[in-house]
Amino acid sequence: MMILRALLLASAASVCLSIDMAMAADAQKAGMPQFDLTRFPSQIFWLGVAFVVLYLIMSKVALPRIGAVLEARANRIGSDLDRASALTAEADQTRAAYEKTLGESRAKAQDVGRSTEAALAKESAERQAVLGNELAGRIRDAEARIAAAKSAAMANLAGVAADTASLAVERVAGVKVDPAEAADAARVALARA
Amino acid sequence: MRRARASRQSAGNGNTRTPADPSAGEEWDKHLAGLRRLAGADVKETTVASPLDQFTIKPIVPLSLGKLDISFTNSALMMGIAVALIAGVLVFSVRSRDLVPGRLQSVAELGYEFIAGMVRENVGDEGRKYFPFIFSVFSFVLMGNLLGMLPGAFTFTSHIAVTFAMALTIFVGITLIGLTRHGTHFFSLFFPHGAPIAAAPILIPIEVISYLSRPISLSVRLFANMTVGHIILKIFAGFVVTLGSVQFFILPGILPFGMLIGLTALEFFVAFLQAYIFTILSCIYLNDAIHLH
Repeated sequence: MMILRALLLASAASVCLSIDMAMAADAQKAGMPQFDLTRFPSQIFWLGVAFVVLYLIMSKVALPRIGAVLEARANRIGSDLDRASALTAEADQTRAAYEKTLGESRAKAQDVGRSTEAALAKESAERQAVLGNELAGRIRDAEARIAAAKSAAMANLAGVAADTASLAVERVAGVKVDPAEAADAARVALARA
Repeated sequence: MRRARASRQSAGNGNTRTPADPSAGEEWDKHLAGLRRLAGADVKETTVASPLDQFTIKPIVPLSLGKLDISFTNSALMMGIAVALIAGVLVFSVRSRDLVPGRLQSVAELGYEFIAGMVRENVGDEGRKYFPFIFSVFSFVLMGNLLGMLPGAFTFTSHIAVTFAMALTIFVGITLIGLTRHGTHFFSLFFPHGAPIAAAPILIPIEVISYLSRPISLSVRLFANMTVGHIILKIFAGFVVTLGSVQFFILPGILPFGMLIGLTALEFFVAFLQAYIFTILSCIYLNDAIHLH
């Protein structure tokens, strides 16, 4: 790009030269106005005036004002961000508290369940034991009664057997058997059986 | 290059053609005068305005200080307009101090942050003090360059007197800052750190010369770029008229006109770029003086 500019300038300069040469009447005007030293003081003087005015306006009014606006915005954004992060922290805290409460409640519920279960199990076990004892008592009573009935029946059986045997002997052999002997024999036979 | 040469030949033809037939010559002069009237040139003059005319300094209010001529000129007028525009935009736009900026306030804030960032990156925190000065330099040069793009306006940054005065002020100011900060240690700037002592007789003169040439390169770069850009624009505008005025053959004027449009866009870019380069080099020189490499 710079080379192109240089070439363009070179061609421009030659054109200027030819035009300037053609302008014989304006020959004294030829040459770049940039190198007219008589115009230097006024340019430098007004440059100084303009630049000092510009610098004073910039440094005293414009730039501090823009800087203040930018700073205010940065502060506002910063405070907004701070508030947002504070709110986030608060929300986190609330959630943590909620979760903690939830966990505690859950644990408590489990405890209640477990203790209830245990109490129920204990109660049913007790009831079962009482019932078992009762049943066992009844069984024992029944067994005792059975045993009594059995022994009574056995005792009667010997009498019945002796009577039967003595009747049978009387009928078959015509012999009267002594009831005591018959009873003894029956007892022996029963005991053997 | 080829195009430029071809254009130059056509331009030459357009300017120097002198028909042999006197009646035809009369007609030609009338034709040219009409064209010049169209182009805004002085009808009484028989020559095309020089591309250098746009740089002529014209006194508006003659003034003098002792023997010095300090007339208020077109250059001074443009400087005043530039200062008024910059101050107007920057002061007026933030008057409402809106939290959400409007269009003009955005421009002001953008410019502020652009230069603040440039100073921060190139000079560091010590540069904060010089921010208003750097900002003034940038806005003044940029506004000068851009105002020069207005048709018929004068470009005060196309004058070596202005650019050199600015560059010299910056150079002297920065050198004084370096000297007050570092005392004689400031001169270590002229000897690259870690270079062999034996190289000093060569290196020190080179460094001193390169240091002293800073204001020259800084000012000539800006002045030359603005001058060349405006000369090229003027010449291509001249081509549009001279090529377009060839009888029965108006088409050739379109080619330089297209070029002129492209060059105008390029010149706007150059106007910004040169203001940027002028400012960032000032920042880099300031950084050298503050941090000594």
